[in-house]
Amino acid sequence: MKPQELLMVKNLNVFFPSPKGDIHAVRNISFSVGKNKVGIVGESGSGKSVTGRAILKLLPSHTRIRADKIEFKGENLLEKNEREMRKIRGQGISMVMQDPQYSLNPVRCVGRQIKEAYLAHRRVSKKEARNKTLAMLEAVRIRDPERVYKLYPHEVSGGMGQRIMIAMMLIPEPSLLIADEPTSALDVTVQLQVLAILDDLVTQRGMGLIFISHDLELVSSFCDEVIIMYAGQIMEICCAKDLHKSCHPYTRGLLNCLPKIQGNAEFLPILNRDEAWLNASWPNGSCPNGSFTK
Amino acid sequence: MVEIEKLNILFGTGTSKNHALKDVSFTVNSNAFFGLVGESGSGKSTVLNCIAGLLNQWTGKITINDEIQGSKRDSGFYKKVQMVFQDPYGSLHPRHTVDKTLKEPLKIHGLTQTNMRVEKVLAEVGLDNRFRFRYPHQLSGGQRQRVAVARALILEPSIVLLDEPTSALDVSIQAEVLNLLKKIGKEKKLTYILVSHDLAVVSHMCDTIAVMNHGRIIETVTKKQLENETFGHEYTKQLFLASKGFNRDVIDLFMDF
Repeated sequence: MKPQELLMVKNLNVFFPSPKGDIHAVRNISFSVGKNKVGIVGESGSGKSVTGRAILKLLPSHTRIRADKIEFKGENLLEKNEREMRKIRGQGISMVMQDPQYSLNPVRCVGRQIKEAYLAHRRVSKKEARNKTLAMLEAVRIRDPERVYKLYPHEVSGGMGQRIMIAMMLIPEPSLLIADEPTSALDVTVQLQVLAILDDLVTQRGMGLIFISHDLELVSSFCDEVIIMYAGQIMEICCAKDLHKSCHPYTRGLLNCLPKIQGNAEFLPILNRDEAWLNASWPNGSCPNGSFTK
Repeated sequence: MVEIEKLNILFGTGTSKNHALKDVSFTVNSNAFFGLVGESGSGKSTVLNCIAGLLNQWTGKITINDEIQGSKRDSGFYKKVQMVFQDPYGSLHPRHTVDKTLKEPLKIHGLTQTNMRVEKVLAEVGLDNRFRFRYPHQLSGGQRQRVAVARALILEPSIVLLDEPTSALDVSIQAEVLNLLKKIGKEKKLTYILVSHDLAVVSHMCDTIAVMNHGRIIETVTKKQLENETFGHEYTKQLFLASKGFNRDVIDLFMDF
């Protein structure tokens, strides 16, 4: 493990037991994250969110997680019990969920919820925690933190709710942030502004970021590295700037079916799924256009 | 042909009064694909709801195929104008089979040869007969949206209102549904009014696009204008730049309109 690597996942498998046999949601995936922005893209059901949750062990208790290694800063997360995991969650790795309206407690004002996240990890006075909360709200570019502090989740807009979620997840100063479609409920301009905040935090604080999304265009312009998943498997890992040159048929298919403003054909090409992608390991390293394996 | 003149709508009273549409006017010719684009809260879905008769406290003038529409619509109107909703998970009855969902509008309008019509419309949206007796939970998101499109088309309307038909779908499924809508629209010579927050989707589908912001249409652009990046309004330009992906220098210049 290289010193700058924060998280290393090796041969992760996730099974959901069901009466009709186990559902193999994530199959043998390996990747590592340093102090950079890593994007995980794929269609719904490809296992990208399950991967994010499996790292934090946030899946239902009957789920079976098997892996050779899930290592965070040299510590093996697989061996940790629930109590030790609570120390990792928040302070070590934190996760921003997709929908702020569902993820926030509706009967407590947002300021208190953010403060609670800080107090859970630090032994500080309430006043200090409050000041820190206000500073954090300001850091995610909320104009009037004093006013927003007292608002309830239903009183804030979608964009602001998502910024509050980000503030709450960042206040324990995690070294790695997992963002599970943090912006898919937002308008395009607000989405980009929220991403700019995340980008600042990665560059200024040296945080690692796993960005889960289904938007290839966005991931290729925002992240440094992209992991493409299909049916629980990694199809390829490539540099974000080389994503457009990728030659994996699945990546190409996903890219082609996006409508474009300029130069669109009459009908969009349709993705043809191929079972062979799952069995044959697509020669990751052999792509001549800069794709690579870790 | 759909003509909207000075459409205004107010929600709420007193301090919570919300002037959701402010003097919205536009004309959509027959067989044209017209797009409405804007951010959430800009009033784009409200326009559709007014046209479809789902809201009735509006003021202004709505003319459809040279008939002036009041706040109450008769069943003849709904044979001409149909709507496809955003969420295929919420817009189909969970305990009705596809067959029953599709036969309901036929029953309301007293049409005969129901089995033949259901088979025909399912074939048109690319679903074979296996799907006919399934429940919505047995279908994927894309298949559900196809059923929703079939439900709208079974009455053979001339105007179809599409309210974010693909925003709940994956990009790969979105391409399939957009292709389907485009193919059917051209074949049956339909008039579409498509609402979306995605400029790329609207510009792919529509020839004329109205950009909405805070209840107003601030600009109407053609597909050509978008392709050549000639827009009159700064807001349209910002939406265009935002749809291009993440670019730090551009984001710092974003303004509130």
